[in-house]
Amino acid sequence: MAFDYDKYIRPGKLPHIWCPGCGHGIVMKGLIRAIDTVGLDTKNTAIVSGIGCASRLPGYMDCCTLHTAHGRAAAFATGVKMAKPEMDVILVGGDGDGTAIGGNHFIHACRRNINMTYIILNNKIYGMTGGQFSPATPTGAKASTTPYGNPDPAFDIAKLAIGAGATFVARGTSFHANQIDKLIAEAIQHKGFSVVEILDDCPTTYGRRNKFKSVVEMMNHLKDIAVPVKAAEKMSPEQLEGKILTGVLFKEERPEYTSEYAKVIERAKAAK
Amino acid sequence: MEKKLPTIEIIEKYCKGCHICVEFCPTKVLEMQGFVAAVKNLDACIKCMQCELRCPDFAIKVTP
Ligand SMILES: Cc1ncc(C[n+]2csc(CCOP(=O)(O)OP(=O)(O)O)c2C)c(N)n1
Ligand code: SF4
Ligand code: SF4
Ligand code: SF4
Repeated sequence: MAFDYDKYIRPGKLPHIWCPGCGHGIVMKGLIRAIDTVGLDTKNTAIVSGIGCASRLPGYMDCCTLHTAHGRAAAFATGVKMAKPEMDVILVGGDGDGTAIGGNHFIHACRRNINMTYIILNNKIYGMTGGQFSPATPTGAKASTTPYGNPDPAFDIAKLAIGAGATFVARGTSFHANQIDKLIAEAIQHKGFSVVEILDDCPTTYGRRNKFKSVVEMMNHLKDIAVPVKAAEKMSPEQLEGKILTGVLFKEERPEYTSEYAKVIERAKAAK
Repeated sequence: MEKKLPTIEIIEKYCKGCHICVEFCPTKVLEMQGFVAAVKNLDACIKCMQCELRCPDFAIKVTP
């Protein structure tokens, strides 16, 4: 049988609003397959987002969903998880939402190591508002706000997550669609704050400005620059120039926030 | 023995004509017919599922 996505989508919500070729749909399908693989109970699963095209994702999902303020998914999600630690909480959003206006929430969620999974759909641009540059826009790339080329270096979002204390960090691409669900499933099962960065494409506001003829060309570019971590171990720095690593980039065990907080509650009760 | 052909369903009202399925099919099973994707050569399908996995619009279903 073909995989039954309909089971996880709110009735009557398709077709979605994303543009032709927008990578966000490919990532949403990966998330759905991951939820199915792990066997999450949709009634006990919260999907939380900020604002942006990527952040529209929860609206399609037949789970408990929360579409919040720009950049604030991590803050709302933390509230959900603290009130109901038994819930599975998944955050989704774009590179702009998560690393510009929401950058602070992002790094502190990583630092706390709260047991949630954050999927960042990195299309290197603010898609929804017409293509302003984001902290993930590559140097030299064109955006509506950098018509002569972006002078800023881009964040390496996965490295940022590792540096800030996330205990599971993985990266995939929308070209490697069959890997997305596997990375997200492993992230969900990890006890701690997990970040899965998926490089995808906005043909509408990034592709056209940056001389990609089509979304197919953009996906071929992702295919060309992606190197699995294992393969990268055998490559020289010169060979890795301009490439991005994919797969599970980092994993460690560290005390998890809701468990540690439960201990604080016990200590406070004992102190009375 | 005759090989079992898959069923490929294209939901036209979901298809946005992005060409992803057509371009990345390794055996050129699919083509664009006007605005939407269509099956051209079902015989050649190797059931790799890549078209279904990569379609951003939930518009293509392959039953092997
Ligand atoms: C407080 C606030 N500031 C600005 C905006 C305008 N705004 C809406 S979406 C967005 C950027 C979205 O970019 P990203 O998160 O990368 O997602 P994409 O649309 O590319 O998927 C901005 C700046 C807003 N909605 N709220
Ligand atoms: S503007 Fe870009 S990110 Fe937004 S739906 Fe269109 S292609 Fe996707
Ligand atoms: S399953 Fe594979 S071979 Fe068959 S149509 Fe899809 S991409 Fe082509
Ligand atoms: S990938 Fe999906 S939306 Fe794009 S042309 Fe094929 S069936 Fe249509």
